[in-house]
Amino acid sequence: MSEHEYVPKSKAGKWFNDRLPLLTLGAHLTDYPTPKNLNYWWTFGGILTFCLITQIVTGIVLAMHYVAHADLAFASVEHIMRDVNYGWLIRYIHSNGASMFFLAVYIHIFRSLFYGSYKSPREVIWIIGLMIYLLMMAAAFMGYVLPWGQMSFWGATVITNLFSAIPLVGESITTWLWGAYSVDNPTLNRFFSLHYLIPFLILGLVVLHIWALHVPGNNNPVGIDIKKPSKDTVPFHPYITIKDAFALLVFMIIFAGFVFFTPNVLGHSDNYIPANPLVTPAHIVPEWYLLPFYAILRSVPDKLGGVILMFGAIFILFVLPWLDTSKVRSAVFRPIYRQFYWIFVLDVLMLGYVGAMPAEGIYLVLARVGTIYYFAHFIIVMPVVGLIEKTDPIPMSISEPVLTGGAEPSLARKVNDKV
Amino acid sequence: MTKFNIKLLVLSFLLLISLRPLQSAEMVDPIKVDWSFKGLTGTFDRASLQRGFQVYKEVCASCHSMQYLSYRNLGEPGGPEFSEQEVKAIAASFEIEDGPDSQGEMFTRPGKPSDKFKSPYPNTQAATAANGGAYPPDMSVLVKARKGGANYIYSVLVGYEDPPPGVTLDDGVYYNKYMAGNKIKMPNNLMDGLVEYADGTESSVDQMAKDVTTFLAWAAEPELEERHRTGVKVIIYLVLLTTLVYLSMKKIWSRIDTEV
Repeated sequence: MSEHEYVPKSKAGKWFNDRLPLLTLGAHLTDYPTPKNLNYWWTFGGILTFCLITQIVTGIVLAMHYVAHADLAFASVEHIMRDVNYGWLIRYIHSNGASMFFLAVYIHIFRSLFYGSYKSPREVIWIIGLMIYLLMMAAAFMGYVLPWGQMSFWGATVITNLFSAIPLVGESITTWLWGAYSVDNPTLNRFFSLHYLIPFLILGLVVLHIWALHVPGNNNPVGIDIKKPSKDTVPFHPYITIKDAFALLVFMIIFAGFVFFTPNVLGHSDNYIPANPLVTPAHIVPEWYLLPFYAILRSVPDKLGGVILMFGAIFILFVLPWLDTSKVRSAVFRPIYRQFYWIFVLDVLMLGYVGAMPAEGIYLVLARVGTIYYFAHFIIVMPVVGLIEKTDPIPMSISEPVLTGGAEPSLARKVNDKV
Repeated sequence: MTKFNIKLLVLSFLLLISLRPLQSAEMVDPIKVDWSFKGLTGTFDRASLQRGFQVYKEVCASCHSMQYLSYRNLGEPGGPEFSEQEVKAIAASFEIEDGPDSQGEMFTRPGKPSDKFKSPYPNTQAATAANGGAYPPDMSVLVKARKGGANYIYSVLVGYEDPPPGVTLDDGVYYNKYMAGNKIKMPNNLMDGLVEYADGTESSVDQMAKDVTTFLAWAAEPELEERHRTGVKVIIYLVLLTTLVYLSMKKIWSRIDTEV
């Protein structure tokens, strides 16, 4: 928040701003004091906003040509690919856009985990972010069902069947979700409706996410509170906008590489086979971004247990700010947590890998070990390491020497190099 | 910093592993063909597409439908690019059911370029019944619907063999090296000299398999050439813009003491 209250220069501007302070909001967003040491891992917020807008715009156009009917959906997608002007481009941007969206959101989340951005006073930003992530998974899952290919159909069957694990009312809930006695036309219709709705819910949450961010301001790689504005901050525009723009363009190059040169590599070839309730694919696998959770689900021999663990794997993130007992935010100054952080990253990647493999033999063992470690990271490592770890000296400000361990400028420089 | 880079390397390696497609034990890797449509600037071989269409029409089409293609597609840029007259003639060689007319009757008429490819069977059940219980899949997107894509389709077409000792096959089941489970209900329909190519090319099994696979690859991705062309332009544009924005960023950040 800027120190000086913004006053529009023109009379008309002042008249309007007194009635709806949109110009004040604009000035706030422009001046918003941002830590000057943000690295490129901090550019993914802007990239994610771009992803959301891209999905909404391409999605609205696709919805003009798509037909949500079990007998027509597959053909209507082919119609989009063949007969609609640049339909192939719009659809490939949308389908690859989902993957790019998740790639960006995972980097965003893991950045937060590394630099402790979920910790006080930013818990609400974190929780809203997780709600966005949950809705993203719901939207992506339902979107994958819409082309009504084999993976659409069988993925929907597997996921909706999870609810039948709920004791007593499970079967009824599943039937209610389907709108039929199996995944069928009514299921496709409601999935389309919800798939169109959810992005706008996400958009609303994004506004709250940014609003909540602008209260305490950005965390930063050093993880310390900074005075705002000060010589440690820069105005959002032009410093951060140009940096975000640069990062976004690099991201778009990768995005374009997928769309134009390998548009189907992230999808499953079975989804170009029309849905057939009588033929089960050899391996039913979700899209890559859901694989770690799929591995957790299948690691438990009991269906209800698997479902509980899978949802637990996400919901445990909601209480993370209170599981982490460390006073220090950034892992840069946490030598022990930093090692566990990378082990955790490897663990999630391994879970993703075994999620794509058949649930048997060594893969099942790996899935179980990975699942146990996943939870142990949050339930044991986070609270215990926070209590016993001796953290490195922390600088007093982004540009000043460290508080503890003497005031040698050399040490401060070393710290800055690390960041 | 070095330590961090090693970690990044390990991570990217693991990511690569995780993206590696699933391998099934009983399947042989398909033959790798150096298709003209591979790569960033790949295009289809026009002559091969036209020959491939001929193979499709004379051999495959008696069982396999291609319901998402229209005859007009055969004349469109990036495809076999038959001339307008040729497309009209091809379409007119099929009797298409149309209607109902003003009397409520269905009738047949010669095909028009705007018609979809005529299917050999009225429905899936009829196709399945006529083929010993195995539905000959629609070939419109077949190349995209099989792991291994064009390589796999080509390999299956040339992969027929006598079954190894100990493997017994039921009636109407054939042994194919590249097919999942090695059992296929489609007989080996290609033999040397089966079709008489209009352009005089020798119609060996290998040639026909390559041509029809090229045709199917185009049918599955008729936008491929335009996609490649546009993609190259888009990437060049983005790289230039990125460079300009990078330089602007450097200039703007040079006003303060922090490196960007």
